[in-house]
Amino acid sequence: MSETLPRAPEVLRISDMSKRFVLRKDNSLKERIVGFGRVGRRHREDFWVLRDVNITIRAGETIGLIGHNGSGKSTLLKLIGGILDPTKGKVEHRGRIAALLELGAGFHPDLTGRENVYLNAALMGLSREETDARFGDITAFADIGEFIDTQVKFYSSGMFVRLAFAVAINTDPDILLVDEVLAVGDEAFQRKCLDKIAEFKAQGVTIIIVSHRLAEIQGLCERVLLLDHGQVVHDGDTREGIRALRNLLKAASPNPDGDHIVDVAVLDGQGQPRATFQPGEDVLVRIELDRLAALRGWYCSIQVDDAFGRIAFGTSTYEIDGGAWFGSTEDRMIVTFRISAPALADGRFFVNCAIILREPLNMHADDAMQAATFEVASDETPRGLIRIVASAEIETR
Amino acid sequence: MDAEARFAALAAQPFLGRRNGGPTETSIGAIGQITAVFRNRQALALLIRRDLKARYKDSTLGFLWTLARPLTQLAIYVLVIGHFLGAARNIPDFAIYVYTGIAAFTLFSDIVSGGTGSIIANAGLVKKVAVPRELYPLASVGGAFFNYGVQLVILILATLAFGAFPMSWDILYAIPGILIIGLYGTALALLLSAITVFLRDISYLVEVILMVLMWLSPVLYSWSMVRDVLTPLNGGPVLIEIYTNNPLTLGVLALQKAFWVAGAQTAEYPEHLLLRIGIALIIGLTLLFFGHWVFRRIQGNFAQEL
Repeated sequence: MSETLPRAPEVLRISDMSKRFVLRKDNSLKERIVGFGRVGRRHREDFWVLRDVNITIRAGETIGLIGHNGSGKSTLLKLIGGILDPTKGKVEHRGRIAALLELGAGFHPDLTGRENVYLNAALMGLSREETDARFGDITAFADIGEFIDTQVKFYSSGMFVRLAFAVAINTDPDILLVDEVLAVGDEAFQRKCLDKIAEFKAQGVTIIIVSHRLAEIQGLCERVLLLDHGQVVHDGDTREGIRALRNLLKAASPNPDGDHIVDVAVLDGQGQPRATFQPGEDVLVRIELDRLAALRGWYCSIQVDDAFGRIAFGTSTYEIDGGAWFGSTEDRMIVTFRISAPALADGRFFVNCAIILREPLNMHADDAMQAATFEVASDETPRGLIRIVASAEIETR
Repeated sequence: MDAEARFAALAAQPFLGRRNGGPTETSIGAIGQITAVFRNRQALALLIRRDLKARYKDSTLGFLWTLARPLTQLAIYVLVIGHFLGAARNIPDFAIYVYTGIAAFTLFSDIVSGGTGSIIANAGLVKKVAVPRELYPLASVGGAFFNYGVQLVILILATLAFGAFPMSWDILYAIPGILIIGLYGTALALLLSAITVFLRDISYLVEVILMVLMWLSPVLYSWSMVRDVLTPLNGGPVLIEIYTNNPLTLGVLALQKAFWVAGAQTAEYPEHLLLRIGIALIIGLTLLFFGHWVFRRIQGNFAQEL
């Protein structure tokens, strides 16, 4: 159900929308009065956070909002959520919106978990009866037990965030806005959140995610909006959007020549693109390279991390080929790593990739962090990074 | 709910939009916002309860502390102003008189000072949840009215103790009295809560002005004392009019007429009290609409200023 049905109704329309922020350097009455009029102008600075944005989103889409820091992603999310008003144009939506941003910001420390749940749910548009009906789900999801009747100031930060997340997610939203919050909580809770998002996708909920973790965007979204200086510069295919962002980031970096890694893809043993693997299946990582002729000696390195940034394994052409530096007259080449039957436990993994130079030694000519992602999924419930085959015998001494 | 059902339900819903200055569906923004507030009345009730609960949550005596301040004020004023300075000589049942005024003024000051800080106090919610922001100052208004209700109960009990229970039709003056204080308070709460977000100094200014206002209304002395002092002055009649037509003065006078039975025969009230209140109510309504208009115009930028 994740692919957009053509007959799915539109749920969000943003037309010719612009948003201006006014930065004031003074905030006291004295400075305002002293600097009234012309002098006052000097103390304010206008800038357009978003310019001429036009977006239409249909029900059931999962959309990633990407862009570098300050490109207007979070502002756009707040405009969609109705927390900010546009300066020009309009933002229209239908259905209930739940925003997972600044989790728990609305909790009052002196009230109990229960009181905060009812207040927050009411502010998100739930009636008392609806909250009553969902209260069990909320406490179960937050896994908070008897602490529900304790003042939230005594909660651990994890409990606080879990409860806030649980309320937002149990309001039966039609549109879910997510701002970098999938990084909260422990491993088990993160998994629960991702499961919940998958469940939402199946239920036709529209999900809009802001994240810097591009691999996460790639794993979840089928459409990407790339923002640059407040304008939508890409609206469509996820891979292309992420590539366009990489190009933007590289153009902004002091070393614009570093554009060597063009594409990184995860394939199965037969060379077909694949996102989910059974434990023990071969994994191929295919890296397209460009502009290599300019490099004297180089090798290609990959590293695979899990969702928490722990290194699962790493390798490179240098290690595999016994210390070989490549130097070619060709610009374009493809490096394919075959990882035979990696003993990975269940989880999501991210592929980082680098081109490393001989001169200057070990300098990175290009990096592609979290360039691709894949998942290992089985019916087992293992712990840790690696999958083991174990047995246990129990006998009386 | 499966995707098909959700899509069908969504397709049947109208779009709700926002543009600069508020929602797009209504051409008259004020009415749109008022209906939105009405839709969120359960949330409003919970916000009021939150404020009341949270205030004294950790104290043993809890809610009783709300009464500590006005009762202490009452004791001091009766002793110092009433007896040491002699104001009680011309005002029978001085304690009832003062308490009526203090309660009325406390209502006004709770609404205005609570309302002024309400958006900043709820910054977390303002930045996160898209509900009409009017809820936050209105929650302060609701909380203030609840406190006033408690004080009214005490006032009634006190009149019983003094054997001066308000049994005449004058009790009906309480309605316009409370109305005028609530109306002006709410108008100022809306206006100032919005402006304070951009100019934090306002909250300090409000404290000062409230103190002045308390002494400029006949809470601790009688209206006739002011009249007697002002009359011989140059331009006295104008000053008396200005003093009298202060909405807070009118509200306090109406409430005194309602609850302070001992003054029914002796005390003097300005002429045409009801007419004055009626005119002030109309002006107050205009002020309320103005306050709300300002609020609506700048509330779209709250989240980025907090």
